[in-house]
Amino acid sequence: MADTSAKELQAKQKTEVSAPSEQTTAGAVFVPAVDIFETEKVINLLADLPGVKTEDLKIDLHENVLTLSGDVAPFEGPDENDIFSEYEVGKFYRQFTVSEEIDQEKIEAEMIDGVLKLVLPKAEKTVPKKITVKAA
Amino acid sequence: MFMRRPFYYPTMGFRTSFDELERMRRNMDRLLEGFGSRSFLPQTAGVFPLVNLTEDKDGYYVRAELPGLKSNELDISVTGNTLSISGERKIANEGENIRYHRREREAGTFSRIISLPGEVNADRIEAELKNGILKVHIPKAEKAKPKQITVR
Repeated sequence: MADTSAKELQAKQKTEVSAPSEQTTAGAVFVPAVDIFETEKVINLLADLPGVKTEDLKIDLHENVLTLSGDVAPFEGPDENDIFSEYEVGKFYRQFTVSEEIDQEKIEAEMIDGVLKLVLPKAEKTVPKKITVKAA
Repeated sequence: MFMRRPFYYPTMGFRTSFDELERMRRNMDRLLEGFGSRSFLPQTAGVFPLVNLTEDKDGYYVRAELPGLKSNELDISVTGNTLSISGERKIANEGENIRYHRREREAGTFSRIISLPGEVNADRIEAELKNGILKVHIPKAEKAKPKQITVR
């Protein structure tokens, strides 16, 4: 694995969602950066969701589509004036199609420091039942 | 006599027909600014992390999105009127037998200096890192706060 400690982070603007359906509320919606990796037994997803509190995060897995959606409150206090704004604040939304069957009961989600860690255990494949054929 | 006066000089009483055009042009510019500003790229320093700087009458607020950082991995200091934010974002190495499908999050070092528009009181700075958002509150120096003047 490359040594990342010497590399400098580059500033990036957030990308807006180009969703087929429109939002009912006003505001920008952004695509969060995610890392997805899998082991033999689980699929792991790590998403950067700064500003999303645990209660504002919705995770839904339905018919093999995983939907992540997080609300972010606007940051200004009531009396504040903007001097400059380099990044925009808005909701996060992203959908994935999960190719494997997931054991929904054992899904774990954790939100630490604005990073969502989602563990999706793969469903145990049913062991094929061996059928013996009796010779006639 | 027709004198072509530059538009930034205050009008001195007599109007020429060019004034009307200048005024219309300025108003059109202002209108278009309002419509178009969302699609243009904001002018940023292009340095990570991007910050939003706001103020109220008592202080400045600097906010940055720094997910995945703990407060002890961040280094914030103030020198004169500049705020300096630096640190390193680490992403854990997840192990040997894994296959990545997506790798979008980045790790690395960052260092940024932000100049504050006025004098500040460096002793009472507060910084908070919560849910991946860093919020630094920098109170203004007493002499830089706006003073209310009562009119008798």
